[in-house]
Amino acid sequence: MADLVGTAPASAFPATSSSGALLTIEGLTVDFSGVRVLRGIDLTLSRGESLGIVGESGSGKSVTWLATLGLLPRTANVSGSVQLDGQEMLGVAASRLDRIRGGRVAMIFQDPSSALNPVIRIGKQVGEVLARHQGVSGANIRAETKRLFDLVGLPDAARRFDAYPHELSGGQNQRVMIAMALAGKPDVLVADEPTTALDATIQAQILDLLTTIRRETGMALVLISHDLGVVSETCERIMVMYGGRVVEAAPSDSIFANPQHPYTQGLLAALPPFDGALHRLIPIEGQVPEPANMPPGCPFAPRCAQRMTVCKETIPPLTQTEAGHFSACIAGAVTEARQSLKVHKSVLA
Amino acid sequence: MLRFAAIRILRAVLTIALVVTFAFLVLRLSGDPARSIMGDDASPEAMAAFRREWGLDQPLWAQYLHYFAAILHGELGRSMRGGGPALDLVLGRIPATLMLTLPALLMKLAIGIPAGIYAALHRDSAIDRAVMVTAVAGYTVPSFVLGLVLVQVLAIWFAWLPTGGTGSLQHLILPIITLGVGGAAVLARFVRSAMLEVLGQPYIRTASAKGIPWAAVVRGHALPNAAIPTVTIVGFMVGNLIAGAVVVESVFSWPGLGNLLVVSVTARDLAVVQCILLLVAVAMVLSNLIVDFLYGFLDPRLAEANSTGGH
Repeated sequence: MADLVGTAPASAFPATSSSGALLTIEGLTVDFSGVRVLRGIDLTLSRGESLGIVGESGSGKSVTWLATLGLLPRTANVSGSVQLDGQEMLGVAASRLDRIRGGRVAMIFQDPSSALNPVIRIGKQVGEVLARHQGVSGANIRAETKRLFDLVGLPDAARRFDAYPHELSGGQNQRVMIAMALAGKPDVLVADEPTTALDATIQAQILDLLTTIRRETGMALVLISHDLGVVSETCERIMVMYGGRVVEAAPSDSIFANPQHPYTQGLLAALPPFDGALHRLIPIEGQVPEPANMPPGCPFAPRCAQRMTVCKETIPPLTQTEAGHFSACIAGAVTEARQSLKVHKSVLA
Repeated sequence: MLRFAAIRILRAVLTIALVVTFAFLVLRLSGDPARSIMGDDASPEAMAAFRREWGLDQPLWAQYLHYFAAILHGELGRSMRGGGPALDLVLGRIPATLMLTLPALLMKLAIGIPAGIYAALHRDSAIDRAVMVTAVAGYTVPSFVLGLVLVQVLAIWFAWLPTGGTGSLQHLILPIITLGVGGAAVLARFVRSAMLEVLGQPYIRTASAKGIPWAAVVRGHALPNAAIPTVTIVGFMVGNLIAGAVVVESVFSWPGLGNLLVVSVTARDLAVVQCILLLVAVAMVLSNLIVDFLYGFLDPRLAEANSTGGH
């Protein structure tokens, strides 16, 4: 774990040693018709790493990755830099981007049943990726697709090639999506809320599958979720987003043991305990601010119990508070220094 | 599949029976054929003889049963004006009508579908707006107005083309354009909205995320889905091949089925009008049947629902 999270300039999100950096995002911003929804994201992803991205709807967690892959509608205005192995990805020709998408960076989505084309057989949808990125053709497509279906645990894999998405359950369709993503042998798999539309039991199976596949293939996994619990079980490192910014980033254990941003603390307090006595969950009061009405200072200030006057005016930078642990909070840092014991108690009680 | 077919065909037959009944009632109740064909100055005896000859003196229900039974035997009656078999008269006019409506249909497809696709792919561009403005104009202007304007400009002012009638290929041009413009406009708007709907679906984003080039995403992933709703409206246009030119045939004095219909309705020539309506209903119902089966072919979700009787 420690080798995955090194030191970085205070303003940038934790970079690992630059030789291990697979994907680097710097100052990524996105505007939709003049409204800024993503407000400068910095992050580095290493080979084989698992990174969880947590936040409420509208925090910008999906937009970050859709922008990275050039999948936002044309009306979106994207700026900043995204580099894959040192090669810029933003604004490159479509033909180059199409070699990266599905080949080096694959993405799967929230509702697998609508993410698959309803009028094309699933085998053909997987085969498209094989043909495009792996040069597989003819009868080999069927064989290779069957192998992938077996790999993702799709029952009755051989017969499924000719099935249509509506003939499969949501969980099976998500397995098809994962098979499709794996078909390109990607270096990174971005899973955008892959289990949100699925039953709780299926949810655990899909997360296990993603973890197993990551171990076996050595690809990096970016797991986007609104559920801190889901992410903590699957990922080594967690990035918490709020109002189009990164508010905290740290190794999973560190986030749980020592959450520093009041928003993260709030998320943890709202999480049911894994074991032990049930207690009343504490919701975070208030709403995520609309992108068009973002407060001038810290985006979380209006909902923050620890806010100080300065929080309403100054946007707190993401700063390193301990090795590999970054937080964007002015009040938190002060409070932390003053009464760190108390915060620990209130969160972990 | 068999059950699906049986239900559809039964429904089709029922539709035709309803059309026939409705046409019968409206025509019998809306005027007196004896008066309109014999003229107002015919003697009462001649009127009575005419009514007797065509069975108009019998009660309405008896006429209806007689008429319906005759249809089931393939007997569609005789023209009260000419005396010849109504069916022969009607069938004889079909080629002339198809000479206009078939090329017009091709024009609708050839212009409407590409224009709609292009507009959707370049949404909010200048070309999209131009296509949509043209389309709104194209389908709000009634065909007789468009026809008259075309005649005024191209046939009268410039004298490039004949104002109406038959005889040469040039006679076909204005009626075909008049027929085609409105349909092309409707189709362009429809295809555009179908495409926009499909392009907004998550599976299109998935296809792009797989690294499939945009042109192939449009061809392989978007068009097959957009084709499903488009088939409905094209099916309607195909069903309209026979009856779709009534107004335009009148404007251009084209001796097709529409012209015959207008003349026969005015004269209350019952057998001919009913024969035309029956034919139109059959054409509509048949094209609907074809559309239903095409759905099953284009959309695997429906195909399965059909083969298992729906679930």
